[in-house]
Amino acid sequence: MDLNEQKSAPICEALEYIKRQRLVPFDVPGHKRGRGNPELVQLLGQQCVGLDVNSMKPLDNLGHPVSVIRRAEELTADAFGAAHAFLMVNGTTSSVQTMIWSVCKAGDKILLPRNVHKSVINALVLCGAIPVYVEVQVNPQIGIALGVELEQVRRSMDENPDAVAIIVNNPTYYGVCSNLEGIVALAHERGIKVLADEAHGTHLYFGEDLPVSGIAAGVDMAAVSMHKSGGSLTQSSILLCGETMDEEYVRQIINLTQTTSASYLLLSSLDISRRNLALRGRESFEKVKHMAEYARNEINEIGGYYAYGKELIDGDSVYDFDVTKLSIYTQGIGLTGIEVYDLLRDEYDIQIEFGDIGNILAYISIGDRIRDIERLVGALEDIKRLYEKDSNALYCGQFIQPELAMTPQQAFYADKRRIPLSQTAGKISAELVMCYPPGIPILTPGERITEEIIAYIRYAKEKGCSVQGTMDPAAEFLNVIA
Amino acid sequence: MLGAGDDGSGGRVPECDRVGEREWVRKMDIWFSQMDTENVKTSVRVDKQLYSVQSDYQRIDVFQSQEFGKMIVLDGEIIFSEADEFIYNEMIVHVPMAVHPHVKNVLIIGGGDGGVARICTQYPEIESIDVVEQDEIFVEVSREFFPETAKGFDDARVKITNMDGLRFLRRCVGKYDLIINDTTDPFGYAEGLFTREFYGSCYRALKEDGIMVYQHGSPFYDEDEAAFRAMHRKVFRSFPISRVYQASIPTCPAGYWMFGFASKKYHPLNDLDESRWKNRNLKTWYYTTNLHRGAFMLPKYVEDLLEEEESKGNER
Repeated sequence: MDLNEQKSAPICEALEYIKRQRLVPFDVPGHKRGRGNPELVQLLGQQCVGLDVNSMKPLDNLGHPVSVIRRAEELTADAFGAAHAFLMVNGTTSSVQTMIWSVCKAGDKILLPRNVHKSVINALVLCGAIPVYVEVQVNPQIGIALGVELEQVRRSMDENPDAVAIIVNNPTYYGVCSNLEGIVALAHERGIKVLADEAHGTHLYFGEDLPVSGIAAGVDMAAVSMHKSGGSLTQSSILLCGETMDEEYVRQIINLTQTTSASYLLLSSLDISRRNLALRGRESFEKVKHMAEYARNEINEIGGYYAYGKELIDGDSVYDFDVTKLSIYTQGIGLTGIEVYDLLRDEYDIQIEFGDIGNILAYISIGDRIRDIERLVGALEDIKRLYEKDSNALYCGQFIQPELAMTPQQAFYADKRRIPLSQTAGKISAELVMCYPPGIPILTPGERITEEIIAYIRYAKEKGCSVQGTMDPAAEFLNVIA
Repeated sequence: MLGAGDDGSGGRVPECDRVGEREWVRKMDIWFSQMDTENVKTSVRVDKQLYSVQSDYQRIDVFQSQEFGKMIVLDGEIIFSEADEFIYNEMIVHVPMAVHPHVKNVLIIGGGDGGVARICTQYPEIESIDVVEQDEIFVEVSREFFPETAKGFDDARVKITNMDGLRFLRRCVGKYDLIINDTTDPFGYAEGLFTREFYGSCYRALKEDGIMVYQHGSPFYDEDEAAFRAMHRKVFRSFPISRVYQASIPTCPAGYWMFGFASKKYHPLNDLDESRWKNRNLKTWYYTTNLHRGAFMLPKYVEDLLEEEESKGNER
């Protein structure tokens, strides 16, 4: 990475230039630098609304970049060590979908762990590829799905020699990493492409003593949520490619679904964040690591809670652990994660990333301060003092791996009928069911519903999880194959 | 913050060195303004700025003024002036001390100027006074410029710890008879000390008949009202007895300041022992036991605010 080059931010510089030009806008957006919408200016500020401009020659065009955006993408590729980088404005969802659509088409087999993000399943609904699940182990104590074991990957590849790609979470939401380099070696021997979902892994490219990043491990493509640990605006993302991918073909795939009015607020935030990461990422993530480590120690001292870290590493299903993640098992104080999540917000004015059946995740980033960590730890201690219950009554969130009866696309477009959740056992689901966050599906289209799954959905709802994905907003009814 | 008014003198250098003379000060016309709201400020003419430093936590300034003497300013807010510090320090210490019959262990959170600790040292039955002030620089500045106040720190019973208040409290269970939260700004670096987790931690750190007193801010301006309400709501839900009392302090916004009295057992009026306190013969300038009773008699609009928050608390 050329640090001197990384000091520039071409999109931001172009925006500054445009601002000085004082162009008279006879183009979109129609609010015309905010003049037509004073309430919006009051909310967002003149500076922000004034930068909400359309593509024009000095600002380049995201769909077909030739100048400043292309330059920004080159700098991004250099900063992340990739062959090519794409700035993305439709969320990391679009980065994930582009990865899948770039390597497989209808009828192709794709290997994936079941604890993928819903964007992966939705991409399969649209393109008609066939998911083949690589079995994942669950940690019986804390009830979270772990990484994929190398032997399981080898078995899946041996059983499916026609598979074209494999998707790996690097890391999972909770911070668990698989043996990515081992998986890349296995896959590339067989001509299988490796796609890394790095929605929670931007920092791996810049921090020290962190798990290996996708590109460094040799993956073919990686979807990186810059807006999570990278500091850019919500909905902005980056898609990285290795030498093995054809840049212009990938751009065609992106342009199938990408907006033709890309937001310069998002693009400039990617540009500035990339510069920050390149110049100061290492020291920033040192601080994040220190804060997360401090919080872990303090929380574990309270008792009852378990803030897990590198001790989970077993060389296989937990090949490595991302210590910037602050995941906390809460059932030791007799409360589900979602209950603690709600208490923190309603009673202590603390919003955390998510709570599931057994765990909460507090997102620690470059914007955090140690005094806020003190609040979180203090609140967790107070919750234990005031709300602790007998923990035996709790159902541990076992991760259920259902049987796939049809492809997601077949099931999604099949004739279906809507029946009450309680009557769905044995039927094949035509829609996706998940708790959000974390957005990992409980059921995907094409999977056979079991009593166990129904009980899990009921339990999640009872504990206050937001169950989403179904046509019925209350998730009392499910669409099943007729 | 520090700004020169325009009186036409144009900041000319005086012909000779006459620092300290009123004439010259008038010409300099330096004013410190505390922004009470966006549209209201309290301004004090400043003779000179004695010190200014940015610590890890806040900006600290010391000014010399005519009416208020030396003032210490944190992030633009007057925390303490020689002229009116007695009001605040007496009201936050004597009120709980006149109620609680046997205080041995006191915890002061914040309190880096030493003023509260100094009043506490007037009570011989107090055995230990722990001061937890995160900002070491603030303590140093106070010692340097306010030695009279900071001499509270020299008492053998006082122990200063530089640590986040919440962190310190996490390791305390049933240890203190009295906790005094001497931090002022619910939106500054000490915002963690105005939260439900803080009040919960204080409850746990207190003995079963312990008292917590804290700064309750000023309810007058709309922008302070929300913080005032939130504070009472949180404490009301954390302690069985939660009352608010008032004092008139010139350098506070609207000249009006409130304190919170949260207690596990003792009521601030029913358990006030006037003769016991009077027999101590402590020298005060503001506090009397009569004033103690009067301070809990609140204006109607303040009572209404508090009652509204209490009824919200009961809805749970």
